[in-house]
Amino acid sequence: MRLIREFEEHCLEMAVTGTIVGGIHPYIGQEAVAVGVSAHLRKDDVITSTHRGHGHVLAKGADPKRALAELYGASTGLNRGRGGSMHAADVGLGIYGANGIVGAGAPIAVGAAWAARRQGRDQQVAVAYFGDGALSQGVVLEAFNLAALWSLPVLFVCENNGYAISLPVDRGLAGDPVRRAAGFGLTAAAVDGMDVEAVAEAAGRAVAACRAGRGPHFLECATYRFRGHHTVEHLMGINYRDEAEVASWTARDPLARQRARLAPAVADEVDAEIAALIAEAVAFAGSSPGSDPRDALDYLYAGMVPTRPGA
Amino acid sequence: MPSLSYIAALNQALRDEMARDERVCIFGEDVCLGLTGITKGLAEAHGTGRVVDTPLSEQAFTSLATGAAIAGQRPVVEFQIPSLLYLVFEQIANQAHKFSLMTGGQASVPVTYLVPGSGSRSGMAGQHSDHPYSLLAHVGVKTAVPATPSDAYGLLLSAIREPDPVAVFAPTLLMGTSEEIDGDLDAVPLGSARTHREGTDVTVVAVGHLVPVALQVAADLADEASVEVIDPRTVYPVDWETLGKSISRTGRLVVIDDSNRMCGFGAEIAATAAEEFGLAVPPKRVSRPDGAVIPYALNLDHALLPDALELTEAIRAVLRR
Repeated sequence: MRLIREFEEHCLEMAVTGTIVGGIHPYIGQEAVAVGVSAHLRKDDVITSTHRGHGHVLAKGADPKRALAELYGASTGLNRGRGGSMHAADVGLGIYGANGIVGAGAPIAVGAAWAARRQGRDQQVAVAYFGDGALSQGVVLEAFNLAALWSLPVLFVCENNGYAISLPVDRGLAGDPVRRAAGFGLTAAAVDGMDVEAVAEAAGRAVAACRAGRGPHFLECATYRFRGHHTVEHLMGINYRDEAEVASWTARDPLARQRARLAPAVADEVDAEIAALIAEAVAFAGSSPGSDPRDALDYLYAGMVPTRPGA
Repeated sequence: MPSLSYIAALNQALRDEMARDERVCIFGEDVCLGLTGITKGLAEAHGTGRVVDTPLSEQAFTSLATGAAIAGQRPVVEFQIPSLLYLVFEQIANQAHKFSLMTGGQASVPVTYLVPGSGSRSGMAGQHSDHPYSLLAHVGVKTAVPATPSDAYGLLLSAIREPDPVAVFAPTLLMGTSEEIDGDLDAVPLGSARTHREGTDVTVVAVGHLVPVALQVAADLADEASVEVIDPRTVYPVDWETLGKSISRTGRLVVIDDSNRMCGFGAEIAATAAEEFGLAVPPKRVSRPDGAVIPYALNLDHALLPDALELTEAIRAVLRR
């Protein structure tokens, strides 16, 4: 959690200075979800992530140096500078990418689970992360149906942070997420997404059940993003959340909560370790070269196509 | 010589690839039954674990194929109606197609999108009669429109073996056709045009079911003009070398394809020929009108489709100049 938090604090600064172009969708406040779920994932498990994906990607084991280099647009980045914040991926670690379209990763995760079963990798699970806003995307509901119909090992993790961009969940979502998921035949539960141990416990049960062949699961994590939907909101001076509401959630900061459970010396040790990791990542990303503009269309196809230039 | 039907050719390609490569699997609506004819018998041969009937959830099963492909499968996804591509444009253009570049080449998405019954179905009206291959070519998805049974076999084979997403359109008006096959069927490389008839006065580039139409017109005009007929076979990538050689030689070009005129495939061929191939006279396009929606009544449906008469007039027009 500390790694994600410090990584993102640095990214916020770099989004202001322009080292990170395009801004970011900060995950700060939601760290307990990615960390609690990932505690039970193996290297060969697959995740699909969201536009707010740094936490999922780092928690699944992506190298912070290469993750930061990706955001810097460097050729040493996870995606060689071709994906950036919204598409960060490490396919070798089962990270099938952050995704710029809300809900789009859910059926991709179902496909990965289908393939795992087809290939006899029965112990493998796929996790689809998405927000409350994605529950209004038809393709997510279609993905629920396919996963349940074919009893696939998929854990759908809904990070309900209360807002679909600026739309409060009570103005965007009819009914209850858990009951909705249960209606599709998913084993569904809700958990306090601000408590990493609670998330880890619930996710542990769900992941184990998926591995045991007991079909797809759904976990709604009640959480909150401490920052705006995207860094551009701050620049535009947009505010749609009540100050008291923000304060009530920041008072439940999952990092502070976990720190209180640790011996102070252990917590300090973790902080120091993370500070060193971040410093290393910043040095690595900062000294990494960019790519030659003549190579801007590299990797467009795996098979050859002689792409004609635009002029 | 044995006769091979267009549908049997596609079926044979799937049959052969499934036998050759365990990773090949099929997703789609009514594919176990083989409602379109193309997947008939495959579920019996390979089991419903590899030939998978899906619910009517085109968006989810299209991206499911993406996830399965990244995880090592070679899925073929069948769409019963060409307009379903509009529904899954996000999943194809924005997800599957972009994955390779966006991930810096970490993985590609070897999925084949099979679109049987594309183009007018004579009386199926507005939402079942489009032929949207130009759209996929525009976004850069490799796209084949085979005109003969042997090309249908060979292009589908290549599509499945390609490491990138590939769409294969089977035009409705060809699905009842057959061809006498001399020799073995083989893969046809993507991006290789086929010169069906050699000629010296004018190059006709024809796509899909309009290839036999163009050949008939060329034969009918044989006393007037020597017409070269080329089928690009894939509308993306285009075999510019073969097209360029022919057009540079004849100096005259007519493109006939069943796209809407605005930003259609014919527009790209005409533009490239004008820019690069030294046309002696301005080219002509024969296409559907701008923004066409195919009406129900048969005479109205046919009124909007490119046909032999329009092609004949276009050829005569470029020859007069």
